[in-house]
Amino acid sequence: MNKVPNNRAWWLVLPVFILVAFSALIPLMTVVNYSVQDIFGPGNAYYVGTEWFREVLADERLRESLLRQFLFSGAVLAIQIPLGIGVALMMPKSGIKASLCLILLAVPLLIPWNVVGTIWQIFGRGDIGLFGWGLNALGVDYNYTGNTVDAWLTVLLMDVWHWTPLVALLCYSGLRAIPEAFYQAAEIDRASKWAVFRYIQLPRLKSVLVIAVLLRFMDSFMIYTEPFVLTGGGPGSSTTFLSQTLTTMAIGQFDIGRAAAFSLIYFLIVLLVSWLFFTAITHLDKEK
Amino acid sequence: MIAWMNWTPSVAIFFAVIAGILAFMTVYEVVSPCTERKGFLPISTTRGDRLFIGLLSAAYIHLAFLAVSDITLWVALAVSVVWLLVLLRWG
Repeated sequence: MNKVPNNRAWWLVLPVFILVAFSALIPLMTVVNYSVQDIFGPGNAYYVGTEWFREVLADERLRESLLRQFLFSGAVLAIQIPLGIGVALMMPKSGIKASLCLILLAVPLLIPWNVVGTIWQIFGRGDIGLFGWGLNALGVDYNYTGNTVDAWLTVLLMDVWHWTPLVALLCYSGLRAIPEAFYQAAEIDRASKWAVFRYIQLPRLKSVLVIAVLLRFMDSFMIYTEPFVLTGGGPGSSTTFLSQTLTTMAIGQFDIGRAAAFSLIYFLIVLLVSWLFFTAITHLDKEK
Repeated sequence: MIAWMNWTPSVAIFFAVIAGILAFMTVYEVVSPCTERKGFLPISTTRGDRLFIGLLSAAYIHLAFLAVSDITLWVALAVSVVWLLVLLRWG
């Protein structure tokens, strides 16, 4: 016999639901509403149906920035996740050294996004920046304002500097949660370091890593401030990511209808990826 | 109400249908609670999961129709409804 749960407790969720309705649902409905109209001003709107969606899906500029966005998020994950695991593995397990490492790691996370952009903008300059000047002095032709590859590398490096600590901290907490008995058993079996990593640490880090990947994907997929401050999306449009394209469209050109249609597609992509990760997490839990 | 913030009838109908589906599923769930099961989808799902998957894929079906063809969206809607029903029954 299945016992039917009492669902009356759901009424307690009502205040939250009303709050969410005003802060999320109604704005979302407004965006849907704007996406089917061409609005010139108050009382001057024309119904255009799915025209904006058709236009947005065929727009070369948006396709390019979507592709760029996926490349960037992919690169961010490919670098930061292994690097974060590596850093966590090398950190001391306890004592004052561990505390020092944790504080040092947390510093980049505390800096506001636009400050990170400014720091790297100055850091990378050839005339006064240590990084840019140093590379040029070594004979490397580095110029992030003029060279596409350099601009990409700088944006990536900045993001790695800013967010790898988050992955490392998450992995560190995951590693500390592994009971010592596992390591002792591995030592008795004379397991190599690689075997310990492959069969003890990595499986135990699985759920932490799923969260790290999800957080890093979402954040990098919606990145705006740092590249905007660092390169302004240039040279040309080589580091113009999705949200910057969207902002230019919505606020710069005041093309509300088109921007609304595009942000809905953006929303659907984010929703799909989050759902996939969420399903992965919950199914990992069920396997245990 | 509909003139406020330039609401258009099609958007109103869209959200009314979504709200209607949610309300119907809530009542259905209270009347006959579902259990998690495994259909042709690779994961075991509840009725609500399948509804969510159906609605999300319906959005992508519509976008795909808009992106690659000039066929009227009513066809996309029909495909989505059939897909949603198949998913709810056998997913």
